[in-house]
Amino acid sequence: MYRYDSIDQQIINERVAQYRGQIERNLAGTLSDDELRPLRLQNGLYIQRHGPMLRIAIPYGQLAAAQLRKLAEISRRYDRSIGHFTTRQNMQLNWPKFEETPEILGELATVEMHAVQTSGNCIRNITTDEFAGIAPDELTDPRPWCEVLRQWSTFHPEFAFLPRKFKIAVNAAAEDRAVIRAHDVGLEVIRDEAGELGVRVFAGGGLGRTPVIGKIVREFLPRKHLLSYLDALLRVYNRYGRRDNMYKARIKILVNALGVEEFSRQVEEEWSFLKDGPTTLTDDEFERIAAHFAPPAYETLPADNAAFLGAIASDKAFAAWVRRSVHAHKVSGYAAVTLSLKAPGAAPGDITDVQMEAVADLADRYSFGELRVSHEQNVVLTDVRKLDLYEVWKAARAHALATPNIGLLTDMICCPGGDLCALANARSIPIADAINKKFDDLDYIHDIGDISLNISGCMNSCGHHHVANIGILGVDKNSEEWYQITVGGQQGNTTTIGKVIGPSFYAEEVPQVIEALINVYLEQRTPSERFIDTFDRLGVEPFKERAYAGRDKRRPVKSANTVEETAHV
Amino acid sequence: MSKIIKNDRIVDDTWQVLKLAEGETAETVALPATPSLLPLAVWLARKDEILASNASFGVWLESGEGPETLAGDLDHFALIGVNFPKFADGRSYSTARLLRERYNYRGEIRAIGDVLQDQLFYMKRCGIDAFAVRADKDIEAALAGLRDFSETYQAAVDQPQPLFRRRAA
Ligand code: SF4
Repeated sequence: MYRYDSIDQQIINERVAQYRGQIERNLAGTLSDDELRPLRLQNGLYIQRHGPMLRIAIPYGQLAAAQLRKLAEISRRYDRSIGHFTTRQNMQLNWPKFEETPEILGELATVEMHAVQTSGNCIRNITTDEFAGIAPDELTDPRPWCEVLRQWSTFHPEFAFLPRKFKIAVNAAAEDRAVIRAHDVGLEVIRDEAGELGVRVFAGGGLGRTPVIGKIVREFLPRKHLLSYLDALLRVYNRYGRRDNMYKARIKILVNALGVEEFSRQVEEEWSFLKDGPTTLTDDEFERIAAHFAPPAYETLPADNAAFLGAIASDKAFAAWVRRSVHAHKVSGYAAVTLSLKAPGAAPGDITDVQMEAVADLADRYSFGELRVSHEQNVVLTDVRKLDLYEVWKAARAHALATPNIGLLTDMICCPGGDLCALANARSIPIADAINKKFDDLDYIHDIGDISLNISGCMNSCGHHHVANIGILGVDKNSEEWYQITVGGQQGNTTTIGKVIGPSFYAEEVPQVIEALINVYLEQRTPSERFIDTFDRLGVEPFKERAYAGRDKRRPVKSANTVEETAHV
Repeated sequence: MSKIIKNDRIVDDTWQVLKLAEGETAETVALPATPSLLPLAVWLARKDEILASNASFGVWLESGEGPETLAGDLDHFALIGVNFPKFADGRSYSTARLLRERYNYRGEIRAIGDVLQDQLFYMKRCGIDAFAVRADKDIEAALAGLRDFSETYQAAVDQPQPLFRRRAA
């Protein structure tokens, strides 16, 4: 993975000093809360429902074991021994003390980490495929591209105060695992006919209040032009994106207002002045960065391992885990492993300090000391020998990291929601918990098979509910928590926005509604169909009908709990 | 006399910024006799009159205005203001870069409006070389904002070569 040189380190150290000064001035009264707000946000610090929340950057989801150990230590020392992985592959600490945040950033800097631009109206953390570098279906490793972009976007002087946040994702595999079409800019690494590497550029995608699938603004951009082209694109957005209404300020609104042809034309025109300038990426620089991502020292191993196959045959629980959690690797004899952070009873994406240390140990022992965070809020060991999988499973299971539910109903993406997030309309963790309780039979969940269920506590859509097969969105009606349900969303190459099935539901109704939707699928599916395939064949109607069937009987009397909760919202 | 930061130092300054008050129009507003930054609309409406007068003048650009309409006139100005109505409105960063990099403007570019310590570094990188720090702020303290970082990744006005072209192998 990328390691800092002395200059990278110095820049991050200076950032810590700058931030420390800002907090000191705020406490001394010479920097107002309003003036501090955008500054602290660009250092990941939110002021939340219960107090501050610090969002730590994990560039493109890559972590070294030593960094995860540092996160464990920080969570213990400065928080409540727990961290939360987000859909942007970052980690959030929910209980830090405001005054201690400079210390935390100082600690992070000692392991080449930071919280730079994890919030605010600037270019955010770049995200990519959690299997980058090892996926059999990838054209090339996207991580060097991401690191090039990380450096370019870090403290970009022109784009620190954009109309709104700006998210970039990169995919270099046949199957898009980075949801690039739901980003402000999505980059798909491809080759042109001549074999040259470059990117197809999507722009104007995004979830939130107005979900939009990104449109192609350039079919092919040679690698060397990556940064100058993005400078041009961001400049058009910075100058002409709306600033009068924060709900209309994302680039998707600009792209739609101009039309994609006109937007592309303006970007091309701006780019014509910047193209071939000093920002043109050199092969030397790309190679310098790519060298950091050279493959580890793999052993030469047979594709299959007798002990591994034997364990699958003799241990049903292990076999179930392998089926869901073990993924193909481009190198013979190796596999990638997803450690589930979706154990029943745990908040999706949460990881304790003890689990962090356990994962770090597993990475050190079995996966060349590195790991990834997935946008589905799980942790991935990318380079495990198949012959070690049984040991990895046993160790993971001892730390509740081996729930065999990856890609299944209970592998929910879920934002922190109203329990923690100040922007929430409704809570999301209790919904995840209720669904977990309803669907607590693993065999049943395996029978339902591949499905995605995502929960967002408000329209900001951090939980990516629009692109889930079943999406749940918290809405606020007269200060009560309600949940709107969408069906038929998908991520990947066929990214689709789910359809709202109708009026929203009470929290207590949600698990039954999910069950109703699942039942339509189970009754109607053909042997080869996944939930989404059945949905695509039947359309929304039968699902809608079942979800609302007998609704009046289900509708609960307003519970005391709901009343109490609304009091402090 | 008010003070500004110019070329990394605090200096006295006599320039005024003319803003159209309610009911005033670019065509009718009285042109000040003292050195003044004029609104773009005033310049566009009354070029000949302004050029014929003896007063020192420059033009200031609102964050949404951009430099395009001034492109042919830049030789007339020793000073152009770029306004930050709120510091979180980042359009004038692009304006400043365009003035320097596209239109090769070599005179002073002055940040006016909500100009604060923590944005000075970015402003400087974009080619702004004078800073009318908001009057209620300590300008001595703000000066430190120009030195927050000793190295930068991107090409910009203050350093036209990106770090990757300068990094020792
Ligand atoms: S979706 Fe809304 S409630 Fe959930 S984390 Fe994002 S802003 Fe908060």
